[in-house]
Amino acid sequence: MIRTAISAILLASAAPVLAETHTIEPGEGAQERLQEALILAAPGDEIVLAAGRYALTDGLSLDVEGVTIRGAGMDGTVLDFTSQQGAGEGLLVTSDNVTLRDFALENPKGDGVKSKGADNIVYHRVRVTWTRGPHPENGAYGIYPVESTGVLVDGVKVTGASDAGIYVGQSNGITVRNSIAEANVAGIEIENSRNALVEHNVATRNTGGILVFDLPNLPVMGGGNVVVANNLVVANDTPNFAPPGNIVAGVLRGTGVMVMANESVLIENNILSGNPTAPIMVIAYPQPFEDENYDPVPRNVVVGSNQIAQGGYDPQIDGAEALLAAFGGELPPLMWDGLGEAGVTLKVASGISGWTLNLTEQGKGMAGATPAPLQAPPPSERFPTEDIGAPAELEARLGG
Amino acid sequence: MNASSALLAFASLALAGSVAVRAEVFQPLPAPASVSDSAVTQGMPRLLSDFGFFEDPSAQLPTAGVSPYRLNTPLYSDGAEKLRFVYVPGGQKVGASGEGLLEFPVGSALIKTFAFEENGKRRLVETRVLLHRADGWLALPYLWNEEQTEATLAVAGARVQATTPAGEMISYRVPNKNQCKECHGLDGDVVPIGPKARNLSADWLEATLGQVPDGADTLPVWENRASASVDEAARAYLDVNCAHCHRPGATASNSGLDLRWEQDDPHAIGIMKRPVAAGRGAGKHLYDIVPGKPDESILLHRMLSDDPGVAMPELGKSTVDDEGTEIVREWIKGMAP
Repeated sequence: MIRTAISAILLASAAPVLAETHTIEPGEGAQERLQEALILAAPGDEIVLAAGRYALTDGLSLDVEGVTIRGAGMDGTVLDFTSQQGAGEGLLVTSDNVTLRDFALENPKGDGVKSKGADNIVYHRVRVTWTRGPHPENGAYGIYPVESTGVLVDGVKVTGASDAGIYVGQSNGITVRNSIAEANVAGIEIENSRNALVEHNVATRNTGGILVFDLPNLPVMGGGNVVVANNLVVANDTPNFAPPGNIVAGVLRGTGVMVMANESVLIENNILSGNPTAPIMVIAYPQPFEDENYDPVPRNVVVGSNQIAQGGYDPQIDGAEALLAAFGGELPPLMWDGLGEAGVTLKVASGISGWTLNLTEQGKGMAGATPAPLQAPPPSERFPTEDIGAPAELEARLGG
Repeated sequence: MNASSALLAFASLALAGSVAVRAEVFQPLPAPASVSDSAVTQGMPRLLSDFGFFEDPSAQLPTAGVSPYRLNTPLYSDGAEKLRFVYVPGGQKVGASGEGLLEFPVGSALIKTFAFEENGKRRLVETRVLLHRADGWLALPYLWNEEQTEATLAVAGARVQATTPAGEMISYRVPNKNQCKECHGLDGDVVPIGPKARNLSADWLEATLGQVPDGADTLPVWENRASASVDEAARAYLDVNCAHCHRPGATASNSGLDLRWEQDDPHAIGIMKRPVAAGRGAGKHLYDIVPGKPDESILLHRMLSDDPGVAMPELGKSTVDDEGTEIVREWIKGMAP
């Protein structure tokens, strides 16, 4: 097997490259056979994972460009990491132009699939599930592209991540769509990234549905140009189960869409229902920090027309009872911390009511909050969306 | 010293012309008498003996031109004995600029064998080779056979039962070819990690390079760390065990944590730095390092774990390093809050 594969590589390097298909079956030695195929693949090859359950003891990794890993469906091909003994993730991808499709990972000890510095990657119909449901000892991220340009996530499903189900970090040119994030701490999180389109997803039973964050002291900062549109963000009411040290451990149970720091974010045409703290929340980075290149206050967050019901009825906020009484039993659907300036930080379409904490100083916590109804002007110009999303050529890999 | 006297004995046998005697006394040697430069520079040799790095592979007796070396502060590998060798093709020179990585010419090889003791005898588990090719470095793992006569390429790695010097039974992980790159990757290329001038003895550098570069031999010798400052010993340990990933351009760059010896920004080395993507690895803690409070520091928490998904380093070890965690604990404890 090794010899055949090696001679295939030697042939490939001498002759015009012909993409080959290598089929792997579950059963005895699956760990070695699958990992060997991933290592010996030539650029452009396809690794086919036959239907069945693969019992794996170690993380897998791919470092060859242009390879497709294709299973027999997210319920047909299951990579089972329940007995994983090593490595920080189920599958690590470090090469460009890779397509991952139609398979599942269950119970990885760390992250599910991590792709780092892997440009133009496609995740299509991949499922990552921690089968025991929400638990602080589940892995952090289900689908985890980071430091990449060109990311298309389409039709994936993640359940049980103790941080974010679908997390895109420090990347550019991103589309996350047609996916389901259920019972994670954060359903979908776009962090320190630019030009991201998050559309047609379902985020439910998470602590927070969709988060758009920008954090200080990272190699890539200046997140922004993000569109969150046409998503179903419903019943995000799972108590936060993240380990305390993580930034998402501060996400309040019952948050629908949350923007923290960032520049230019459009939230439009979503259906937001059953998010008991805040259907939409816009805040500055709340911690003290030392980073002169970082702006903790959001700029140009545009809340367009959204369909909102059942929000803010059971907020996880100190003094909730008094707040609820003051606002007539339910908080207005848009919550702002008040840092920045209405009209610069935040623009809100008519018909969406909000409230502000009226904080005056970043990094000082909730002390000094003087809650009041929000007055913010409506958006005055069209939000440009032309350059937002994954490169169009990635679409071609979704066929079949 | 042992190696050279054994070589001498071997040579005198050959000089005596007693080829027949030798054939009776010694098993036929699987290795050629010299290093195969073509094996180093092309293909993926299936057998370790194809390289000819060893006169006597099971005794780890190197061929002439293959030199043993050690690092002042080594990487922890579950207590495995590690035998390190370097091969530089004849007539070629190793370069150095400052305290950093030595510059090995194309055609060079770094060879590292991992061994555990079993029934009072040394058992070779794997030999990792780093080959400097015209298009960059290539990392390959070789797994030793039961008979200890040969090691075979294992691109997909393996798991091997072993007992550590501390008496722990472990499932020892021989890394696969990609995992080699997880530690050896820098800006997309594979590079050596260990042989930096600052972590090599001045004597060895003098003998190998003909010079001792500035900043050489500055990391403390691990077993003599009591005579170094806690700061030096701990920073050396973190540099050698963590900084191949936790630095810009490497596997854990997105964490923003930079544990290189030369990094002097307190936040970058983790002091009061919040984690980014630590997930459950953070435990109940908020910062990588809380001065004076080792038990509230994520850095030490992860070093003290053997749970995959929490434990650091992620690769190359499955047990906790008592000596390393002790020095890091002392270091954090001694920091002024």
